[in-house]
Amino acid sequence: MRETMEALIPTIGVVTDVRVDTPDVKTFRVNSLDGGIPFDHMPGQCAMLSIPGVGEAMFSITSSPTNKEYKEFSIKKCGCLTDWLHQMEVGQQITIRGPYGHAFPVDTEFVGKDLLFIAGGIGLAPLHSVINYCRHYRDRYGSIDIVYGSRSKDDLVDYQEILNEWCTEEGINVYLTIDRPQEGWDGHVGFVPNYVKELNFDVNKTAVICGPPIMIKFTLAGLQELGFEKTQVYTTMELRMKCGIGKCGRCNIGDKYVCKDGPVFRCDQLDELPNEY
Amino acid sequence: MMMYKINVDRLPELYAKMAESRALYLPIEKNDQVEFHPWNADACVRLDKLNTAKSAKDLFFPQTENLMKFKMQGKNISIEENRDPVEPFVLFGVRACDVRSFDVLDKVFLADPVDTFYQSRRENGVVISMACHEPEETCFCHAFGIDAADPAGDISCWMVEGTLYWKPLTEKGQALTETVSALMEQAGDQDQAKVEESQKALHAVMEKLPLYDLDLTGFDGDHLLEKFNSEKWAKLSEACLGCGSCTFVCPTCQCYDIRDYDNGHGVQRYRCWDSCMYSDFTMMAHGTPRKTQLEKFRQRFMHKLVYFPSNNDGMYSCVGCGRCLTKCPISMNIVKVIKALGGENHA
Repeated sequence: MRETMEALIPTIGVVTDVRVDTPDVKTFRVNSLDGGIPFDHMPGQCAMLSIPGVGEAMFSITSSPTNKEYKEFSIKKCGCLTDWLHQMEVGQQITIRGPYGHAFPVDTEFVGKDLLFIAGGIGLAPLHSVINYCRHYRDRYGSIDIVYGSRSKDDLVDYQEILNEWCTEEGINVYLTIDRPQEGWDGHVGFVPNYVKELNFDVNKTAVICGPPIMIKFTLAGLQELGFEKTQVYTTMELRMKCGIGKCGRCNIGDKYVCKDGPVFRCDQLDELPNEY
Repeated sequence: MMMYKINVDRLPELYAKMAESRALYLPIEKNDQVEFHPWNADACVRLDKLNTAKSAKDLFFPQTENLMKFKMQGKNISIEENRDPVEPFVLFGVRACDVRSFDVLDKVFLADPVDTFYQSRRENGVVISMACHEPEETCFCHAFGIDAADPAGDISCWMVEGTLYWKPLTEKGQALTETVSALMEQAGDQDQAKVEESQKALHAVMEKLPLYDLDLTGFDGDHLLEKFNSEKWAKLSEACLGCGSCTFVCPTCQCYDIRDYDNGHGVQRYRCWDSCMYSDFTMMAHGTPRKTQLEKFRQRFMHKLVYFPSNNDGMYSCVGCGRCLTKCPISMNIVKVIKALGGENHA
């Protein structure tokens, strides 16, 4: 592993593509200066992106590790740094360091399992990486179900990729939902937790949830009502971070540091932590 | 290793000799406040001072330090490393509690991945400790198994009746001793006896201190959630102002911030001490998980007394120096927390 101070010192990345996903989400493609990728990662891991003078923050890596051409980050505009990032154009340089944290157990616990991915809003960002990793190594896993919901049709991140690639792939079932009825939408309407209960999934699946804290909470409860154990359900957390290596103290919850012990946690592990996230 | 001695009147010679080859930091009084400052011939050295206002952690984990510099040109960014150079130094007059605090900081900064800034300061620094002679009523190092009469470090010192006794404990301490031993005399059996007698006398004083019997049973890294969910936090934290004084004088608080400063010619990124007592410590765009001072207050003490020991073989992130007891404007402190929450789980 790299030494700390070297770990705190980022490398330069360059924005090679900007995609507008929704009114407040853009996906940025980042390459290293030589045109390659800044580092290898595993699905669920994060990276620190920064604009010097504006700020540095942790973001989930949206692209799959199997993509060796670039890294992508789907970022919602919601604060100081993300406002700045949303103004970036192709060619803008940023700083990048990582990857940080534990990944989803895609090469261990997930192998051979039927997988159920449940995302809400920008919560698709970290799951996007796992889903495409599992699609790449399709024969390692059983069935794949994806439940994804957002406020409206316009707020669905990666909508075109979902329609053109995920929905058309054999062995993958995609269930989309939006919070309220909308003209031009003939799909399901309703909140994710309720939809998950309605879909009445087989309890042998391994589930992964990511979304706003309230959505995670109710979806987990819904899965438990269906008969899922917490040991079958994974989620990924975010807290404010500065160092990314378990030293600055910000993301400490109980005896864990989200940056190095997480961000991926199995839901039964969360029971041992104070409810402070 | 052999013990040496030197008359207190000759200490300036000893300081001068050590300062020839490296920076020498001592408890020095300036503007009515004693802190570890670089020594010079005019300095008002206060080896007798028990607690410096700030702890000695500054020397290994400075209050602010440069990480790197960025040059911004149009869409382009370049990075220039500009860490401050670390030169060999001597830190003289550190009390037993502060010496232990370096072990606590080591657990954080020397854990993988190693913080090379901290590491190089630790390697370049020689710690000369000073046994206590007159502990204060706010001292409670004994609760953490620290013996104020027998401090650790690279070299231990005792002041007895106008004589400084000097005993190297490590190779680093021995190497420094060899550069100054010509100024000192070798201590004999009688001297050894004098030191031991002074230690006994100190132990007798310490046993009478009000916090000598402070009991940490119940804080064993277990019962994490019971401690966290205790109703007593509300009362304990009620008057906390969130000023952060406790964290800044604390020798073991190590949380830090990383910030940028744009000086018009580039951006300097630096790190600085931070405090979990502040409202923006965990503030994110969508809010903070620690909304009131209760949560912030609880985090600080849970970390020191439960989370840290749970991750570090039972080592507490408190050394009983008592600085927070004297500095807190509302007279709240870790001792009150220990007394209120200790023993809850083994009644």
